[in-house]
Amino acid sequence: MNDILENAREAYEEESEERERLEHIDKIIAEYKDQTGSLIKILHAVQNVYGYLPLHIQRRVAKGAGIPLPEISGVISFYAFFSTVPRAEYTIKVCMGTACYVRGSKRIVERLEEVLGISAGQLTEDGKFSIEITRCLGACGLAPVIMVGEDIYQQVKPDMIHKILAKY
Amino acid sequence: MSNNKEKMVNLTINDKQISVNEGTTILQAAKENNIYIPSLCYMEGIHQFGGCRICMVHVIGARTLMASCMVPVAEGMVVYTNSRKARHARKLVCELILSNHPQDCLSCPRSGGCELQEIAQKLGITEARFKGERSPAIIDISPSITRDLSKCVLCRRCISVCKRIQNIGAIDAQNRGFHTIIGPGMDQNMEDINCTYCGQCINVCPVNALAETDAIQKVWQAIHNDDIHVVVQVAPAVRFGIGEEFGLPAGESTKGKLASALKELLFSDVFDTNFGADLTIIEEGSEFLARLEAALAGGEGNATLPMISSCSPGWVKFIEHTYPKQLDHLSTCKSPHMMEGALIKSYYAQKLGKDPKDIFVVSVMPCTAKKFEASRPEMQNNGHLHVDAVLTTRELARMIREAGIDFVNLDESNFHAPMGISSGAADIFGVTGGVMEAALRTLYELVTGAELPFEKLHVQPITGFEQIKEADFKLEKVLPEYKFLEGVTLKVAVTSGFEGARKIMEKVAAGESPYHFIEVMGCPGGCIAGGGQPRSELRDFSQKRSEGAYSEDESKKIRKSHENPAVARLYEEFLLEPLGSKSHELLHTHYTERGEFNELTRE
Repeated sequence: MNDILENAREAYEEESEERERLEHIDKIIAEYKDQTGSLIKILHAVQNVYGYLPLHIQRRVAKGAGIPLPEISGVISFYAFFSTVPRAEYTIKVCMGTACYVRGSKRIVERLEEVLGISAGQLTEDGKFSIEITRCLGACGLAPVIMVGEDIYQQVKPDMIHKILAKY
Repeated sequence: MSNNKEKMVNLTINDKQISVNEGTTILQAAKENNIYIPSLCYMEGIHQFGGCRICMVHVIGARTLMASCMVPVAEGMVVYTNSRKARHARKLVCELILSNHPQDCLSCPRSGGCELQEIAQKLGITEARFKGERSPAIIDISPSITRDLSKCVLCRRCISVCKRIQNIGAIDAQNRGFHTIIGPGMDQNMEDINCTYCGQCINVCPVNALAETDAIQKVWQAIHNDDIHVVVQVAPAVRFGIGEEFGLPAGESTKGKLASALKELLFSDVFDTNFGADLTIIEEGSEFLARLEAALAGGEGNATLPMISSCSPGWVKFIEHTYPKQLDHLSTCKSPHMMEGALIKSYYAQKLGKDPKDIFVVSVMPCTAKKFEASRPEMQNNGHLHVDAVLTTRELARMIREAGIDFVNLDESNFHAPMGISSGAADIFGVTGGVMEAALRTLYELVTGAELPFEKLHVQPITGFEQIKEADFKLEKVLPEYKFLEGVTLKVAVTSGFEGARKIMEKVAAGESPYHFIEVMGCPGGCIAGGGQPRSELRDFSQKRSEGAYSEDESKKIRKSHENPAVARLYEEFLLEPLGSKSHELLHTHYTERGEFNELTRE
C-alpha cells in the first residue's frame, strides 16, 4: 500500500515538475519570439530548462515562435552544443585541440569508451556519464585536458581514467 | 536612385566591353551578353546563396576568385570567365561535387535533363578523378515525392522555394559539414510532416534528389495486362505543358497529339479530365448556391461562407494541416479527376458491362499532390480506388519517349466519348482564376438567365498572376427561384500559392473574410505551373501556358460547363440531379484534421 502511494506521489511530482518546465519554456519563447535572429537564444535557454531538446520540445518552440520545425532541428543539429537526447549527470569532455591531440587525447577517448562501454556522443545506461569531444578548452599548457562535469583534470594519461571516474 | 533612371555600369568580360544596370551580378551581366557561366545553386529571384562555387570567375585585382552569382558589377571591373585559374577552379569544384555523387547517369531518370550532368559535360569532365567517402544516402519514398539524398548537391533551392515562395518550410538543411542533408529533420520522412506534396521543390531540383514517386511501372503493367481495361484521363493543364518536353513552344495546345499519343500507348479509353472539370462546376456551383441560400434565406444545410474550392490536393492538405478547424469552408466536391475516376468505375463500367475491379484508371496530372490524393481512403467506392495510378506530365512524356512515339509529328485526334467531351470553361481550369471564371459563367447564367457580362466571358479582374485577385458584381433581375440573391453583391477572391492562401485563411479564421467564394490553387500560377509539369527555363512560362489555355477556351463552340452535352446526359442517365444521392455517394467527400506536425498519422 505504501508503495502504491509512494509511486503515485512520485508520478504526481514528476508531472508537476514537467508542467513547470513547460510553462517556463513557453515564457522563454514568448519573451524572445519577436526579436529577429533569436532562435539560438531561445534554444539555449530552453535547453537550460529542459536539459535537452527532444522532438516534442522542438515542436513547442516551432509553434510558439512561428518558426518551421526543420529550421529549428537544422540549427540544433548544426551546433554540437545542442543535444536532442538526455544528457548525462556528468559529461566528460575530452579536448581534441591541437595541443591535447598531439599529447594523446585520442587514446584517452579510446580508454574512456572501453571503460564505460559507450562511444563518444553516447550516454551510459545509468545516465551517469557521457563522452563528448570538444574543441580547444584553452588550457593547452596542461595538455591533455579532460573535464568531468565542472572538474578539470590535467596531463591525463589513459591509466588515470579508472581513478578519475571512481570519484563520481 | 536619382532621376528614376537606372544607373549603368561599364565593365569588360573576356575583353568584351559591356554595360549593364547597377546592381546586376556578374553572372546576370554575362548571361545578358551571351557569355555562359555555369551555375548550380543560383536561381534568379528565388535563391542567391553562393554555396556551390561552380560559377567562380576571375576578377582582376580581387584577392580570390569570385562567385559570380553573388558579386554585383562595379564600374571598370575586368572579368575573365576563361582564365586558366577560373576554368581550372570551376572544373575542380564540379569534380569534387561529382566525387560525392553516385554518377549513375545511365539509369537515372533525370539523365538528359540534369543540370549537374549538363555542367559536367560543358566543363569537359571526362573522368571521375576523385573517389572517396560519400555523404549519407537516404532514400525516402512518400506517396508523392521521392527523395534520394545520394544525388543531392546541397544547392538548397528546394528549401528556398518551400520556405520563401510557398511559405511552408517543410525541409531545411540538417547537420553539418559532410553530414549535411536536406530534409524535415529529426529523422522524419516526408510522410511524417506537413509537406503539402505541391512538388515545387522537384521543379527546382537541379538533379534527381527530388522527384515524383514513380507510377510508370505500375501503368505499364496494367496496360500490358489483357484482363484489365485501362482508362486514361488527362488534366486540363497537361496539354499546355507537355509539348515543351518535346521541344514545342510553351503554351502550345497539344490536345490532339496528346489524345493520339495515349491511343498509341494502348490505353483502352482515352478520356479527358476536362469532362470531370465541367461536372465539378455543376456540383460545386450547386453546392455554392445551396450554401448561399442557407446563409441568406435560412435554408437547410451547410451555410458556411466563404466556400473555398477543393480541386487542388496540395491546397487541401495545406488547409488540413494549417487550419484544421476551418475545413467546413472547403467545398465537399472531389477534384475533377476523382469525380471522373469514380464515374468511370460506376457509370461507365455499367455501360461497358464490366466489373469495376477489372478497370484500371490512370490520371495524367500536372501535379505531384494528386498521387497522394489518389491514396486517400476517402477516394474509393466499394473498395475500388477511384484512380489507380497518377502520372505527372513529365512521367507521361517519359513513357511516350520509351514507346518510341514521335510526339511532334503525331496526327491530331479526339478524346473518346463520353468522358472526353468538354467545354472551353474546362480548358482554363488549370490557370489561376480559371476555376472561378468557369464557375461564374455557369452560376451567373443559372441565377439570372443572362450570360456573364464580361468581354469574351473572361472575368478580367481575376485573370493574371497577382497573388490575390478579387472581383465583385451585383446580381440583379434574378430568376424567381433565386430571389434570395436579388441585389446581392457577390464577392469572390482567387489566389495561388500558399503564401496567398495563408493571407486569405488568416482572415477566414478570424471571421473577417468579406468573400462568398474563394478559389485556391496550391502552386503559384495554378496547375499550369504545377509540381508535375515540365521544368522550364523561361521566365514567363506560366504566362505562355495560360495564354494557350485561354485561346483554347476561346476556340471552343461550347464555353460553359452547363452546356456540355455529355455532362447533361450523365445527369439524365445516372446522377439524376446535382447534389443528389448518387452525387453524394460518388462525387463528394469530407476532410481530415491533421494538425501542424501531422500528429494524426504519427501518434
